[in-house]
Amino acid sequence: MSFAHRHLLGIEPLSQSDIITILDLADKYAAFNRSRHKHSDALAGRTQINMFFENSTRTQASFELAGKRLGADVMSMAMAASSIKKGETLVDTALTLNAMHPDLLVVRHPHSGAVDLLSQKVNCAVLNAGDGRHEHPTQALLDALTIRRAKGRLHRLTVAICGDIAHSRVARSNIMLLGKMENRIRLVGPPTLMPARVSEFGVEVTSDMREGLEGADVVMMLRLQKERMDGGFIPSEREYYHRFGLTAEKLAHAKPDAIVMHPGPMNRGVEIDGDVADDVTRSVIQEQVEMGVAVRMAAMDLLARNLEERTDGEEGVLV
Amino acid sequence: MTQTLFENAKLIDPEAQTEAIGDLLVTDGLITALGETATQEAGERAERVDCKGLCLAPGIVDIGVKVGEPGERHKESYASAAAAAAAGGVTTMVIRPDTALTIDTPEALEFVKRRANEDSAVNVLPLAALTKGRQGREMTEIGFLMDAGAVGFSDCDAVVTDTKVFQRALTYAQSLGALVIGHPQEPGLTEGACATSGKFASLRGLPAVSPMAERMGLDRDIALLEMTGARYHADQITTARALPALERAKRNGLSITAGTSIHHLTLNELDVSDYRTFFKLKPPLRSEDDRMATVEAVASGLIDIISSMHTPQDEESKRLPFEEAAAGAVALETLLPAAMRLVHVGALTLAQLFRAVSLNPANLLGLPSGRLSPGAPADLMLFDPDKPFMLDRSTLHSKSKNTPFDGARLQGKVRATYVDGRKVFG
Repeated sequence: MSFAHRHLLGIEPLSQSDIITILDLADKYAAFNRSRHKHSDALAGRTQINMFFENSTRTQASFELAGKRLGADVMSMAMAASSIKKGETLVDTALTLNAMHPDLLVVRHPHSGAVDLLSQKVNCAVLNAGDGRHEHPTQALLDALTIRRAKGRLHRLTVAICGDIAHSRVARSNIMLLGKMENRIRLVGPPTLMPARVSEFGVEVTSDMREGLEGADVVMMLRLQKERMDGGFIPSEREYYHRFGLTAEKLAHAKPDAIVMHPGPMNRGVEIDGDVADDVTRSVIQEQVEMGVAVRMAAMDLLARNLEERTDGEEGVLV
Repeated sequence: MTQTLFENAKLIDPEAQTEAIGDLLVTDGLITALGETATQEAGERAERVDCKGLCLAPGIVDIGVKVGEPGERHKESYASAAAAAAAGGVTTMVIRPDTALTIDTPEALEFVKRRANEDSAVNVLPLAALTKGRQGREMTEIGFLMDAGAVGFSDCDAVVTDTKVFQRALTYAQSLGALVIGHPQEPGLTEGACATSGKFASLRGLPAVSPMAERMGLDRDIALLEMTGARYHADQITTARALPALERAKRNGLSITAGTSIHHLTLNELDVSDYRTFFKLKPPLRSEDDRMATVEAVASGLIDIISSMHTPQDEESKRLPFEEAAAGAVALETLLPAAMRLVHVGALTLAQLFRAVSLNPANLLGLPSGRLSPGAPADLMLFDPDKPFMLDRSTLHSKSKNTPFDGARLQGKVRATYVDGRKVFG
């Protein structure tokens, strides 16, 4: 099992085999998490710091739990309310934390590229927990694991990604990952919420849900941010729901065994109908949350193994 | 009488569009003769400079240089900017008013002139703001500012959004024959953008603006020129789509010229790569197609002027996430070697290059410099067009080192710079 990366900043630098390595290990952790004794020492002695410059409950909790189950010392900092507001630059914050010798830094930031920048200034492993509208790699990996478990494979599937593609880092990472694994990707959404030149990403683009969902194996819904609902990008919430909200009727155009996914938190009645979201035969939304912890354990475990090799010889000072 | 005879130089003459080996005679700070006449007229006591076949060209007249005074002297002082200019062959810096304290009153302009006088060995000509505080609401004292020495009026990258305010300012400026320098960008589309829309910006997840915003801004400004008849210069034209509008406006006899920045001629959006903030510019770097169209427009003369758009930024304002980082790059010292890339690939001749960096800007401002002709001030640069080197940003004279060419392989080095016949570098 080889995973030759220092950081996990995005899906873009990963190869097919990197992705499979993470997913295979995550599968094991998924079983481990269902067991009675879910505690390992894989990260014992390691310090994990979660820096969230943007509010998050789910992702932060998932990373925290993942670290704890692997035996790391975990600290979470709500950066949105801290010194960054006092004018300290991101790089200075990074250098300050770096001086405390963390092994793993988990970072979320509202600006694209901010996590890349931070990773250049520290000598620990950095995990991108979402940067602006750029990438959210662990989300794409947990989606991939969920798909692989539900469909038995992660290639030659037709995946429809629906909603606000333009502002979504989840969409970018998923397009990247599913593309690398050789799937057919369709993007569905209003043209005002599509990135420029998106057709050059090797995807099909449509603004018709029924056409986009036709024959799909996987229907991936995206969250529509509240601030984008009124007038600016779409006329109204109710028109959006009418044209792009996932209902049983629209879902009927997908394959009969198609699964429904959503990265959460959901806006029931905006991008997804409550009945579809809660339909246990179709919706794998809860499974996604479960796989999230497993994937993050796998990613941190793999990065920490590389860390060990790099700091070899410096250890054991106190032991 | 002091005389200097530059012998055996490759004389780059942007007026005649020629490059030929010959001599050039400078007498008391003025160019007095060229070619064989120069050799004959040189007195016995004339100092002789053997140029060894290197290029001798009129010094660069750089429209749109930002110096950090007043207010941000730690980014660039008059002393450091002048040293950088001299090292880059820039003999006249035309200073932008978008300093921390806007240069929008005759008093502020006096300060700038005094500081420049004290600390700069190269010529400094100031621009003044077109509206107070560059707020786009009230016009500045254009008459007084001209009396105080302002050579043009510009709100720099702050577009005068209120078309009526802009129309009145242009009308008033026209009555005084004042030059107005505009930033042709549609402000609504541009707001919040830090990249040019396209596949690259979409992949990187950066807020982006369509290149069309430039044409829309230019179209509006051209319509206002038809109304007012003002003298207008577009600071930076960087997209293919703006060019036909510019060409039409010129053909229709409007008093319009256009510039572009050296960075938009030599770099494209892909150079931003992994969010490198030294490549964050305003307007943002464009596609390769736009870059090539802009280079062609400079060669044909449709775009008149190449500027450095020298914008010093300290580490603090660049070491930020791309969206939050300050825009701009220093370029006084890298203008020539960067432009030589275009010469070496055959996109521009040396004579075309110096038409764009020296002759045209001098003509626009009514200066006698920018040419190699008898009577012109001896503002000259001597450079080796082929000398290869790797740029190390720590060697720059600017206080700020935010160049996108750090570590770049460049060709072309300034050997000496003269202002009014005095050697200021080399």
